[in-house]
Amino acid sequence: MSTDLDALYQEIILDHYKNPHHKGLRDPFESEVHHVNPTCGDEVTLRVHLADGPRGPVVQDVSYDSVGCSISQASASVLTDLVIGKPVDEAMTIHQTFLELMQGKGQVEPDEDVLEDGIAFAGVAKFPARVKCALLSWMAWKDATAQAQSDSATTGGDTA
Amino acid sequence: MEGLLPDLDVIRKDFPILERTLAGGVPLVYLDSANTSQKPQVVIDSMVDQLERHNANIARAMHQLGAESTEAYEGARDKVAAFVNASSRNEVVFTKNATEALNLLARTIELGPGDNVVITEMEHHSNIVSWQLACERAGAELRWFGLTDDGHLDLSNADQLVDEHTKVVAFTWVSNMLGTINPVADLAARAKAVGAYSVVDASQAAPQLPVDVQAVGCDFLVFTGHKVCGPTGIGVLWGREELLNELPPFHGGGEMIETVTMARSTYAKAPHRFEAGTPPIVEAIGLGCAVDYLGHIGLDAIHAHEQTITAYALDGLQSVPGVTVLGPLDAAQRGGAISFELAGVHPHDIAQVLDSRGIAVRAGHHCAKPAHARFGVQSSTRMSSYLYTTPAEIDALVEGLHQTRSYFKVA
Repeated sequence: MSTDLDALYQEIILDHYKNPHHKGLRDPFESEVHHVNPTCGDEVTLRVHLADGPRGPVVQDVSYDSVGCSISQASASVLTDLVIGKPVDEAMTIHQTFLELMQGKGQVEPDEDVLEDGIAFAGVAKFPARVKCALLSWMAWKDATAQAQSDSATTGGDTA
Repeated sequence: MEGLLPDLDVIRKDFPILERTLAGGVPLVYLDSANTSQKPQVVIDSMVDQLERHNANIARAMHQLGAESTEAYEGARDKVAAFVNASSRNEVVFTKNATEALNLLARTIELGPGDNVVITEMEHHSNIVSWQLACERAGAELRWFGLTDDGHLDLSNADQLVDEHTKVVAFTWVSNMLGTINPVADLAARAKAVGAYSVVDASQAAPQLPVDVQAVGCDFLVFTGHKVCGPTGIGVLWGREELLNELPPFHGGGEMIETVTMARSTYAKAPHRFEAGTPPIVEAIGLGCAVDYLGHIGLDAIHAHEQTITAYALDGLQSVPGVTVLGPLDAAQRGGAISFELAGVHPHDIAQVLDSRGIAVRAGHHCAKPAHARFGVQSSTRMSSYLYTTPAEIDALVEGLHQTRSYFKVA
């Protein structure tokens, strides 16, 4: 079996695929989005629940329901591990770091301090057809978080 | 193996790409021909020759190159007319692809409130969305034949679906997902009985079955060039001549007119009526060469080859634990595209492991989401063979699927 294939399907990815973290849709939430990958049909429904923290809003919960390949499923699982409990600002920075890794065509050295299990996706960046799989839930989360924040801005910041 | 093309080794040598190796030095096993077919050297050469020696615009250049180019382009039309057994060369309209041909019909056939269009649940998105748009514009109703559990059209309510208000019955000849071969002549007759137009999507049929539009008795038939060993960028709309000349123009521009004044224009008759602007000349010539190539081998022989490979593949796939084949299990009732599921492994992941072994298949919904939804499947893996496919390549696929199961630890 080729080493490229093993680089793509790291054990960490297969573990998250078999046993996804934080899966299932939960209440409460401020926003829910549904994203699809039109080329392959992978789908994710994702909810974001924000709460007030000492230094701005915090990602209280991210819940999701999804169908798709091992890469997209594992990526959603890793996403929730990384952003739940973090201030939104910090979570957005993690998002940006993951995005840069995925768009780096395999040339970007992953930062384990920021991405933790997310570094396992470094090999995905070498497979252009699979980058969208890895980014599906991340883009959904960014979209949902932006919606939750804009809603909270219009309703006076009540995120309960 | 009985039924294979007798000169399979020779035929494979016609396709230079089949000699390629991929990353890691593995040979190519191309099982994605329903997506696009590979091209024989003769087609490639015909296009290069046109570009190297005869290139000029057609029908409007008063010089020798223009005459040669026009002759080659119109010669391609003759070849396509023969390929589908058209009664006149004027019935063959070159389009960009099958999708454009279907959209041409959906844009030009007049619909109104109270009319209905009947399609099927196994259509490619191009034969669904184009009619959805047409019905939305006109306030017409879209109806469809459902599917039986074994992947055939459910015709039990056909008399209710196709009624005196039906304007168009549009259906695929061979399903790109289920492989099912539909009773096209019966469906065309049903449309005719209520005075509706019949539209046949032959995109998957034209590569592997003899197409005889007069025997089918349909009004319109479309297919794309790149699935019949021709290039991309060229498709065909065949229509009965008197009907084509009744339809209003689709695109306005050069070549489709009779005369133009600032106030109004009159239009050329078919086929030029629907070929506005400089057409894909080189692509049409390549397509003409491709259908000649297929005709030389013989569509009956190609069909027999496809059925033999398909039967062998159905057996092989079902020998893999956890594989479920979608669509008919009898090779005689289907074409050479076989979609399947493998329990516990997503189609993307299957395709990725197969790709690492040089095996090219398609993974996803194959532009047939409703047909997948009908069977409760989000996406599938599809292998599709063609005249150059060997039993050894099917063996490689089956071995690759066993490997996939072990890689994802479902074995």
